[in-house]
Amino acid sequence: MKYVVAFGRFWWNFIVGDDWLAAVGIILGIAATAGIATSGIATWWVMPLVVLIVLVVSLRRATAAG
Amino acid sequence: MATAAEWYGRRSDTVLRVTSGVFLVISAFLASAVEGIEALTIVLASGVARGWRSSLTGVAAALVVLAAIVAALGPALTVIPINALRLVVGGLLLTFGLQWLRKAILRASGFKSTKDEDAAYAEHVAEAETAGRVERHGVDWYGFTLSFKGVLLEGLEVAFIVLTFGSAQGSIPLAALGAGVAIVLVAALGFAVRAPLAKISENTIKFVVGVLLTTFGIFWSTEGAGGSWPGDDAAIFGVLAFVLALSFGLVAILKRRKREMLVTAGARA
Repeated sequence: MKYVVAFGRFWWNFIVGDDWLAAVGIILGIAATAGIATSGIATWWVMPLVVLIVLVVSLRRATAAG
Repeated sequence: MATAAEWYGRRSDTVLRVTSGVFLVISAFLASAVEGIEALTIVLASGVARGWRSSLTGVAAALVVLAAIVAALGPALTVIPINALRLVVGGLLLTFGLQWLRKAILRASGFKSTKDEDAAYAEHVAEAETAGRVERHGVDWYGFTLSFKGVLLEGLEVAFIVLTFGSAQGSIPLAALGAGVAIVLVAALGFAVRAPLAKISENTIKFVVGVLLTTFGIFWSTEGAGGSWPGDDAAIFGVLAFVLALSFGLVAILKRRKREMLVTAGARA
């Protein structure tokens, strides 16, 4: 059990890292891009917007304490 | 006989292919150099404190495991449909890129201390010197494990970036070339100076890699999710400009905020 937890923690740190917000934002952004793409509307602006929001919010959280 | 439009079209295709190839090599080189410097610090500390035989055996064992992972995953990645690959790779590169960029922005603006390889080295040596000695087959187990874990964990990130970046761009060998040159260079420098490579600005390299990974992550995840870019592959330059402007803008804002916080703290004191 100890090894399973350590294995899971390793992959979590490896992919998600310090802030889970980025991973969640990226998944939502990709889902939104896929959803909008099916309706034929241009989607190139979605991921840049997601990156902007994620970075600003994540940095705000990280610097809130100074 | 090709028309002028066809000739210019082919020429711009070639220019784009070469440019994205150059980006690929630079990204793999810089990412590998950063991870290589971190691994070198651990290997040097292990070698100095616990003996070179144990430390280098750990390095060799980790390289064998890494080679096995790359050999198993490399061919498997090439059979995945390109759009599915770009979707997953784009998403993963974005998570990596944003992690690196976030840390680099925090360090550049003074909200996080800059990584000091000399301090990290001293810490590893102190830890290694106090640990008990257990020998198996003439190899000190602590020294072996320290080097093995250091090289494997830092190397996994390199392998991941090389494989995903290389396969999505259609050239794993080119990415491997960039990574290989970086590792050889870092190892040679480390061997020459026998000290951590503290003079190399790790934060600057991490900033550049973060920008490149985020750029390609945005581009590929959009394409993989079924979207398209105005200007096709040439849009990468637009995305790069956007990520650069955003990153420098955030550094400037946070620097100003840090200054204000220091002034307020000074006034209170």
